[in-house]
Amino acid sequence: MQRGFLLAAFLLIASCAGATATDPLFSQLGGESGIARIASNALDIYFSDPRVAQNFDNINRDFLQPRFTAYLCRVAGGPCIYKGHAMKRAHKGLAITEANFNVVVEDLETAMDRAGVPYHVQNRFLARLAPLERDIVTR
Amino acid sequence: MLCAASMAGLSRHQAAAQESGRLLATEGVSEIDGASGGGLATWSLISGYETRDEIGGNLHGTYVAVNNFGLGSVGASAGFYDRLELSYAHLWFDTRSAGGRLGLGDGYHFDLDAVGAKLRLVGDAVYDQDSWLPELSVGTQFKAADSHAILKAIGAAGPDGVDFYFAATKLFLAESLLVSATVRATKANQFGILGFGGDHNRAYSAQFEGSAAYLLTRSLAVGAEVRTKPDNLGFAREGCAYDAFAAYFFSKHLSATLAFLALGPIARQGDQNGLYLSLQAGF
Repeated sequence: MQRGFLLAAFLLIASCAGATATDPLFSQLGGESGIARIASNALDIYFSDPRVAQNFDNINRDFLQPRFTAYLCRVAGGPCIYKGHAMKRAHKGLAITEANFNVVVEDLETAMDRAGVPYHVQNRFLARLAPLERDIVTR
Repeated sequence: MLCAASMAGLSRHQAAAQESGRLLATEGVSEIDGASGGGLATWSLISGYETRDEIGGNLHGTYVAVNNFGLGSVGASAGFYDRLELSYAHLWFDTRSAGGRLGLGDGYHFDLDAVGAKLRLVGDAVYDQDSWLPELSVGTQFKAADSHAILKAIGAAGPDGVDFYFAATKLFLAESLLVSATVRATKANQFGILGFGGDHNRAYSAQFEGSAAYLLTRSLAVGAEVRTKPDNLGFAREGCAYDAFAAYFFSKHLSATLAFLALGPIARQGDQNGLYLSLQAGF
């Protein structure tokens, strides 16, 4: 009983300590510079991929890029501040299909490949982004 | 039957302008009696790479060579809006020289047709990464075997039967791991090739199918499966089937699965171990 309590107390302390440390995924993705490269690579592809480019027609890339970078950084657990809208609001009324969403994910994989991110690290990152499907796909 | 599974296709297609469809591990391969799954185990995922707005489908060809028998399967499946799957498979079971020993004649073939439907109830194995809820589906398969007189002679209660199953499949994407479990109510003897029910047990029994698949790369998955089977016939004991597989996704349109599998004893010819090879083409 006492042993169980001590173990629980130890785990609590350990988990509190963990919360202040940097998220390992952030460094696995190459930190701020790595994530900036991923974001830039991804936008290069989005604006030219005929499957989704029309979704970006009215979007100013210079406006989008710093926000997209900050968003990805925050999702990765990095020390970034994202001041944009929540994903649900940001995509409201855009009639984005599940197929559109999947293309954007595939292009992000390519962007990470080009940034040298290992496949299993990519999956850890995609696991955090996948639930956004519910907020982004509205058609 | 047979095994092998795979995950889905982690393939990507940069090219084609209209290429869209589902992502990553999202359809599996064709389970031997036609449903989407591993090779041996049925998954809750819906066949094809279609999204909720699209229709997809697959063709498969599978051959299994074990110690004393060969087993082939060809079939097709269609997925509608990532909600409903319809499938058909034709299986043939080649008794090779064992046919002679069993008094059927060398190379005697048993044939089986399987028609299936699967309905996705809730959950998305891929997107729901923030929840423990797996993708859940229910399904049914109607199977009809030929060789009625022989099936009767070996003690089978009937040449056709209906299976019902409940499948739960979850992709743990952060771990690159897919896990699936299915409970099936069935009377099938050796997947139905040897008929349904028997002198030993005529009733339905609950059987289990499980898969675990690890994604080594975006196009290569390895894993293992188990499928329990009823033991209905007095004349020959029937056991569990297992496999260990590797599935390679050349693209979303083509995959190949190779497995080592153990089908357990069949028709008093001892344990049947061998190789499984399956090709699948789809969209």
